[in-house]
Amino acid sequence: MSKENILRLEHVTMQFGGVVAVNDLSLEVNQGEIVALIGPNGAGKTTAFNCITGVYEPTNGRVSFLGQPMVENHPQGKMVKEYQGENQGMFTQVLSPTPDKITQLGIARTFQNIRLFSALSVFDNVLIAKHMRARQNVFSATFRLNRAEEKRMRQEAMALLEEQGLAHLKDEVAGSLPYGIQRRLEIARALATQPKLLLLDEPAAGMNPQETQELTEFIHKIRGEYGLSILMIEHHMDLVMRISDRIYVLDFGKLIAQGTPSEVQNNPRVIEAYLGVADDAED
Amino acid sequence: MIQDRKSRKGAVAGVVFALAVLLLVVVLENLSTFLGTGAVPSVLLPTSQLFQVLKKAAVYSLVAVSMNLLNGFTGLFSLGQAGFMLLGAYTYAILTVPVSAKDTVYYLYGGSAVNFSLPDLFGGLDTPTGLILGVVLAILLGGCVAAFFAFLIGLPVLRLKSDYLAIATLGFAEIIRAVFQWQALGPVTNGANMITQIPSFNNFNLTDANGTVILRLSTFFPFLIAILCIAVIVMLINSSYGRAFKAIREDEIAAEAMGINLAKHKMLSFCISSFFAGVGGALFAMFVNNAQAKVYTSTMTYEILLIVVIGGIGSISGSCLATFLYVACSEWWLRFLDNTQAFSSPTDMSRILFIVLFAAAVVGVSAMLIRRRRKTGDAFWKELIVWIVGLLLMVWWVWFIISGSLTIPFARNGFRMVVFSIIIMIVVLFFRRGMMGDKEFTDLLFRRKKTSEEVAK
Repeated sequence: MSKENILRLEHVTMQFGGVVAVNDLSLEVNQGEIVALIGPNGAGKTTAFNCITGVYEPTNGRVSFLGQPMVENHPQGKMVKEYQGENQGMFTQVLSPTPDKITQLGIARTFQNIRLFSALSVFDNVLIAKHMRARQNVFSATFRLNRAEEKRMRQEAMALLEEQGLAHLKDEVAGSLPYGIQRRLEIARALATQPKLLLLDEPAAGMNPQETQELTEFIHKIRGEYGLSILMIEHHMDLVMRISDRIYVLDFGKLIAQGTPSEVQNNPRVIEAYLGVADDAED
Repeated sequence: MIQDRKSRKGAVAGVVFALAVLLLVVVLENLSTFLGTGAVPSVLLPTSQLFQVLKKAAVYSLVAVSMNLLNGFTGLFSLGQAGFMLLGAYTYAILTVPVSAKDTVYYLYGGSAVNFSLPDLFGGLDTPTGLILGVVLAILLGGCVAAFFAFLIGLPVLRLKSDYLAIATLGFAEIIRAVFQWQALGPVTNGANMITQIPSFNNFNLTDANGTVILRLSTFFPFLIAILCIAVIVMLINSSYGRAFKAIREDEIAAEAMGINLAKHKMLSFCISSFFAGVGGALFAMFVNNAQAKVYTSTMTYEILLIVVIGGIGSISGSCLATFLYVACSEWWLRFLDNTQAFSSPTDMSRILFIVLFAAAVVGVSAMLIRRRRKTGDAFWKELIVWIVGLLLMVWWVWFIISGSLTIPFARNGFRMVVFSIIIMIVVLFFRRGMMGDKEFTDLLFRRKKTSEEVAK
């Protein structure tokens, strides 16, 4: 069975003034894959995420989702002269949907620093994610003309919380939860948008080995249960090596390596990027 | 199955409370009609300050709740409320001046450009249909005009955040005020003059053929409209859209990542808030019996903002409660501070009461300050200052007791606002989250899980 292509980035470049944060990045995520994007701090991983989710408009390049171009841009105006990346003139369309449109297409994300609705309850956090697919307008919602829809939303949200083992916390204030649970809730909230592709930005940041182990199993589990493809940024190398099908390595915005975990692990350029250039090979 | 049992209980409690308030208002207002003016205390007479306060507070509570919807629930800091009230008030006034009165009202401009009146279209102010349909329709149209203008200025302005949005909306309110005073618009807005002879709350009193009042509904009417509108806002807040608004308040970026269209939802909240501000403005025009642009200044917006802050940003019941306290204090309870008052007899009860209150306030505040110092282990000299000031005030107090006659110190024209400002400063300093925080009165009835504030401690 040939794997269906879910996400494809083609020559994506993101330039802030004179700084090229992401330079000519191309990557692919296929159906059911867990793909990791790694690299030293400041390599442009989160910027790449933000280009995919519509937070930034890339300066040049195209992002396709399920085979359809979703985001596309080319240098315009002042950028035509200032552009330092490659492949200028390759793209002609301008497609720049806002983040909510991209979420509606089926890409959900979590954030590096957890962004829960911290004053609201756990249940409300998940329920809010159901809002965008609700078939009711502001009038029918206010005057409760479509109770079935509201009930369906609540049932779906509750079912999701039960699946994720968070049901007993449903009335807790999200901001009061322990860190590990907040991470889980953020993923649960992302799942509530019914995504086909999940973007995880450092899901294991700040976790101890025990929690990281649990997270690994959790990610495997949700991929199977929800038929997801996952693209994640992560620094915990043991997690990345254990979990991912393929790895992309960024350094200074440039893609320097890609392949299976074992290929990447032994790639001299990756070792160089992470450990610096070895002056003498004695130790 | 998952329908929140607690929220249903809360809804029932809210409805019961609203009905109780309406009933209470009708009974209070009509005691003097039923029992005769001699049989009731003077505070219940129709001319009493009480009913003025209740009417104004009902109108203000609606505007405060509409501002809370925007500032407290959507997190958009807007200061345009007075501008939208003005739009509502003028729309209402222009549409309800009786045709027969147009020439006298608009005498400077030789009559009005709007040559119809909604109540007259439905049979005139004297008929029930003309009165109710005409007035209610005009109020609703007032809201719609405000919402329409909100939509127009929302397009450019809602891209801004926090302080910038506040400045832009404040500017809009000032522009609107200036435009409505423009002479060239005179045939419609009556220029800088007020539009008078519009139907007021008193038109809703039921009278018999001789013109004697049978049933007073002049306080009931603003309460009814305000309660209906607040109920709609509460239902909106508890709906899926309300949750989306709260999500935007909590974290715009996360809300957008959850598929919430920021531009659309902000606009929705802004327009709905302005709609109810417009309705509030129309009611305010009914309350003051005229529409005049120079009344709707930024001071009015600040009053509303103050109410929202004192009541608790993000609490509907807090806003309502704070409105009544605020209006009662500023219009009624603190009025005595504006008059110089002297007690000649040492045994005058008011004099004794004043002395006791003064002593209690001095001792209480000093004790509180010293305890705070002790707790935080602050510098010795601060404690010393509290002691010295406290002692001086007590010496003054002894002088009050000894001296035969007593004029209340400071009480003179304008002192009310000084005391009022001090009270507000105390509220803001010591009860930063307002009276209710983000809780509703139903949360107090049926204990809810701990709030974020309690957890943070």
